[in-house]
Amino acid sequence: MANPNGIGASVRRREDQRFLTGRGNYTDDFKRLNMTHAVHVRSPYAHARILGIDFADAAAMPGVVAVLTGADMEADKVGSLPCGWQIHSKDGSPMKEPPHYPLARDRVRYVGDAVAVVIAETREQARDAAEMVVVDYEELPAVGSSTRAIDGGAPLVHDDAPDNVCFDWHLGDKAAVDAAFANAAHVARIDLVNQRLVPNAMEPRAAMGEYDQSSGEYTLTTTSQNPHVTRLLMGAFVLGIPEHKLRVMAPDVGGGFGSKIFHYGEEAVVTWAARRVGRPVKWTADRSESFLTDAHGRDHVSHAELAMDADGNFLALRVSTLANLGAYLSTFAPSIPTYLYATLLAGQYKTPAIYAEVKAVFTNTSPVDAYRGAGRPEACYLIERLVDVAAGVVGMDKTEIRRRNFVPKEAMPYQTPVALQYDTGDFAKNLDIALPLVDYPGFQRRRAESKARGKLRGIGFATYIEACGIAPSNVAGALGARAGLYECAEVRFHPTGSVTVFTGSHSHGQGHETTFAQIVAERFGIPIENVEIVHGDTNKIPFGMGTYGSRSLAVGGSALVKAMDKVERKARKIAAHMLEAAETDIEVKDGRFTVAGTDKSLGIGDIALQAYVPHNFPLDELEPGLDEQAFYDPKNFTYPNGCHVCELEIDPDTGVTTIVNFAAVDDFGNVINPLIVEGQVHGGLVQGIGQALYENCVYDEESGQLVTGSYMDYCMPRADDVPSFTVRYHEDQPCTHNPLGVKGCGEAGTIGAAAAVMNAVVDALSDYGVTHMDMPATPEKVWRVIRDATPAMAAE
Amino acid sequence: MYAFTYQRPTSLADAATAIQADEAKLLGGGQTLLPTLKQRLARPTDLIDLGAIPDLKGIREADGGLEIGAFTRHAEVAHSDLVKRVIPALASLAEGIGDRQVRNMGTMGGSIANADPSADYPSAVVALKATVTTDRRTIAGDDFFTGMFETALEPGEIVKAVRFSRPDKAAYAKFRNPASRYAIVGVFVARFGAEVRVAVTGAAGSVFRATAFETALAADFRAEALNGLSVKADGLNADIHASADYRAHLVTVMAKRAVEAAG
Repeated sequence: MANPNGIGASVRRREDQRFLTGRGNYTDDFKRLNMTHAVHVRSPYAHARILGIDFADAAAMPGVVAVLTGADMEADKVGSLPCGWQIHSKDGSPMKEPPHYPLARDRVRYVGDAVAVVIAETREQARDAAEMVVVDYEELPAVGSSTRAIDGGAPLVHDDAPDNVCFDWHLGDKAAVDAAFANAAHVARIDLVNQRLVPNAMEPRAAMGEYDQSSGEYTLTTTSQNPHVTRLLMGAFVLGIPEHKLRVMAPDVGGGFGSKIFHYGEEAVVTWAARRVGRPVKWTADRSESFLTDAHGRDHVSHAELAMDADGNFLALRVSTLANLGAYLSTFAPSIPTYLYATLLAGQYKTPAIYAEVKAVFTNTSPVDAYRGAGRPEACYLIERLVDVAAGVVGMDKTEIRRRNFVPKEAMPYQTPVALQYDTGDFAKNLDIALPLVDYPGFQRRRAESKARGKLRGIGFATYIEACGIAPSNVAGALGARAGLYECAEVRFHPTGSVTVFTGSHSHGQGHETTFAQIVAERFGIPIENVEIVHGDTNKIPFGMGTYGSRSLAVGGSALVKAMDKVERKARKIAAHMLEAAETDIEVKDGRFTVAGTDKSLGIGDIALQAYVPHNFPLDELEPGLDEQAFYDPKNFTYPNGCHVCELEIDPDTGVTTIVNFAAVDDFGNVINPLIVEGQVHGGLVQGIGQALYENCVYDEESGQLVTGSYMDYCMPRADDVPSFTVRYHEDQPCTHNPLGVKGCGEAGTIGAAAAVMNAVVDALSDYGVTHMDMPATPEKVWRVIRDATPAMAAE
Repeated sequence: MYAFTYQRPTSLADAATAIQADEAKLLGGGQTLLPTLKQRLARPTDLIDLGAIPDLKGIREADGGLEIGAFTRHAEVAHSDLVKRVIPALASLAEGIGDRQVRNMGTMGGSIANADPSADYPSAVVALKATVTTDRRTIAGDDFFTGMFETALEPGEIVKAVRFSRPDKAAYAKFRNPASRYAIVGVFVARFGAEVRVAVTGAAGSVFRATAFETALAADFRAEALNGLSVKADGLNADIHASADYRAHLVTVMAKRAVEAAG
């Protein structure tokens, strides 16, 4: 009998009970005896020299325990925050890797850069005292944008990075691309900006450091998506704490979207300060600090060209991108606009030649790193906007030009010209499912009907493919990763048959406590209630790589399967012993171990009990216990893919865009929990729609001040901004190289949605001669385009 | 926030005394003041909470119109059967302020005394020929708003109530800031017999009347009557969400929508 809570069941998220009733246990909820509170003194300038710091008055304020600066850290030999990925430029030179100290030493390089930390009995006292710290700044000219950074005489963010360039990298076959362009019948071109976004996790970042004088052990409790990586980076590179003396815990984490992957300076500050002051130190960001100091996402300026033959077949793609990395290199920053972006530029198309150049620059802005999708939304947006322009150039229907150029299912596995090898995918099928969902043939009728009401209607398509479950460690290592990219799992049966799973994946909204338990329940035929999922504590779990890049199920789930395989092998041995049968005669199904051809059988619970009460085990052949660990290093990326369609209406009087229909068809491989997958898609779509229509992180180009530093100016999408989505998936193309056949679903919505929405916006405005508009399509921007075009149209 | 002394007087007289303290601030629903305090952008010595003064509360029919106590929350105005019957446009304006949490806390007196250029109520005060009663005097609605965050109130003067005239027809239409949801432009149109008032909020430093619109609508109370009319963009607010000429354009669009809604 199928397990009602097994694979494929829409089990409600087990963790939601505690989250929705306020019983989650987040970093800021942790309280310790004698705990102190840290508040950072941050730079109000985008770029300035620190001439001196006078904290005498601050130190004398009520409740102040300590005021610490970069000089104190330097004296304690605290290191720079390390970067986890090294890129080499076209000329073979390594990227510029300037130091990034947790507390700035001589210069500040963005508004929000930490200069000092005040530690006090209460948070309010620390804030009061932080305001009394007098920093003597000599303001320097600042660079507020990537285009300004490379604009000849721009000020230098780092003296040893000429022209503010971190690296100038490329991928692909330039000569082949040039040759294809020389013979092209048609060329489509586009210039576009993929604007900077603020991640806006619901829970702001927080960190608490503790030091136990008797054992010499440190504990960092932090809002992290990957506690082991933070332990490795902070322990080995920043604070010099050996790993066996450093515990990092990431308890309940309220959303990350990538921004909590990275090791941040505040984590090092509280851990180091806890020993300095001899008491636990806690820091929690307020929302303004989150806006200023969470690593931001996107921020590309690109030019792209697509060469086609007379029939609209793609011949070659040429892309040049300027990527803003911000003031310092965040942990994985260099990998995002390179190996997670340019490698995806083939999209779903069989374009035979691709060449991409990426120049990455420093600016006086918050560091930029992975944000949901991380490189892949930028690639999808560029390709799919360019394909729409191409359809216009050759005069083809937007679905037909896509269909004509899809990599056919039969070509799988397919080697792209930009390093990746797609294992499976049926892109035409995705489109075939999507078209009836949006009644594509009826669109022109609906458009006419809207026009009769004075509205402009548009439809937009986006197909996407992403590379998830980041790759084999050996490949990643060859590409510059300084970390492995495997995952671990331990499956521990307890004597009474319940199970604790320790996973190196980290759940901060993904629902692992439900899906991972479903996999175990299914395999061993046990109730889901008997399975507990433990994650986020380096003292409990084996070395794990955390959660990002939609990797948890594809990599962490595979490790879990490997560990379950080991448990089953061991259980089979025990069963054979108990049933006095040969191991090869034991048949296993749904957690029952049966001697073939007999009714002699044991449940996994019976076996677990025997494993821990081994009164008659042949101990030289059979160890007690039923507790196995596995590490899984993937053979390849996984390739979720899909087709998103957006239909919308624009009010030309105000420029307001209203999405009237949105259909997402996705191929995530096999699906463990449809309910959670649908939820992930919904959230992703809203984030993608947010980028297309609402969100925009604006820095003043000259001063480097953050203009959109609060929700008064930074517009988040809200429930009433989006329609009820039509979400479909198919399981015809499971991943071929992981045991669950899963591909990952966490980022897909974000990747496809922005391009679908913007293609629809441009379609709606096509009567006005619009072929492109940069995101976000704000009401004023849309209105202005219509207003400026209207006199010309009237004159025609 | 910085520390302050919290006071909760139960009479208007006690409040008037308390506000005399150095750097004291009156607290209505706190929807602007509390975020300001949390950001440490203000440092009052005393907060005088007006929430326990019976004289400041309640909605009454008066002179054919409505008298609404200063400490009446937006949600109370929005859901009041009396308001819905006498001036439905006012209830509908209140229902559109901020979000549910803001409406459950924010008060009419607090909103008009703060005189945020993008607040909704100032347009109703002007369009509905309101008078503002304070603990000292009565101020005509037309004279109440004097500039950006500025009113005719003297230091320590407390708004008691606002009296609105009952129009024959009225409606409020606004274009929200997509981020903050404040009014980028809000237009309140009210018709009293042959007289029409068109009050615009959000667009400029303070609420103003679009007199050319009023003349046109007095002659022909239809949206089409506003064709070709617009307010000057000069002097209107401009920010990353809306330039001055976009705001000027929206004033006409919202005025037309208000006229249509007024029927």
